[in-house]
Amino acid sequence: MTTALFSVAGAVAVLAAVVVVVSRRIVHAALWLVLALGAVAGCFGALQAEFVALVQILVYVGAIVVLVLFALMLTKAPTNPLPELTTRRSPFAAVVAAVLALILGAGVVLAFGNEKIKPVTDGSATAIGTQVFKNWVLPFEVLSVLLLAALIGAIVLSQRKDSAQHEKED
Amino acid sequence: MPLVLPLLLAVVLFCIGVYGVLARRNVITMLMSFELMLNAVNLNLVAFDAWRVDEATGQTLAIFVITLAAAEIGLGLAIVLLLFRGHGHVDADAARDLLEREEAS
Repeated sequence: MTTALFSVAGAVAVLAAVVVVVSRRIVHAALWLVLALGAVAGCFGALQAEFVALVQILVYVGAIVVLVLFALMLTKAPTNPLPELTTRRSPFAAVVAAVLALILGAGVVLAFGNEKIKPVTDGSATAIGTQVFKNWVLPFEVLSVLLLAALIGAIVLSQRKDSAQHEKED
Repeated sequence: MPLVLPLLLAVVLFCIGVYGVLARRNVITMLMSFELMLNAVNLNLVAFDAWRVDEATGQTLAIFVITLAAAEIGLGLAIVLLLFRGHGHVDADAARDLLEREEAS
């Protein structure tokens, strides 16, 4: 049952991801990204990682895709199809990706070909919260400092130079 | 469920992301491909967590990676907006201010 669910969600994720990287309309690519990330969240759900699935939907679909759409809007991305969205070297990129997939896939099958998993429910918010505040306190705090640094960095980067000069003149 | 199923799905997603990063021209679509690659990593973490029935270590790391992805996309989009403001485009191939030209001697 979980295998079937996982396979369906995985197939949807792969199809949507392919459309994300080959679509000629940028906004459509961003919207297909929603489907791809949501299907990955479904995969997490099939693996009984319910908290990760919820965070995936909240953060990725709710925040990151909205940010991407905002950036598309602010950079005046055209909504009509753009044939030049993919560079001429895309066949080489496809070859690189295919070779990488072959190597990684062969490695994974050789290493873990016979292993089975039977997902048990240990992905609740309680389990993860216990884990975070029991074993991963320092990385958690470092991560919050990193988020603060990224926030300040984004504000500094997106400040307009001329507005700073105006403040000086005032 | 065989363990290779999520692992192979992660491999496929990662390679789609690699293709997107290499083949796309618009920086924002490249950032979308980065998100696909990070998702593949998360899938690996959650799958291995389900394999070694552990105290949700892999899932905790997946949450950390999601947080990192949020920080990364915020900074990345700020840089993209800066590029757009300075050049009027978000074309990764045309942004070659740091290109070292060979001096004709």
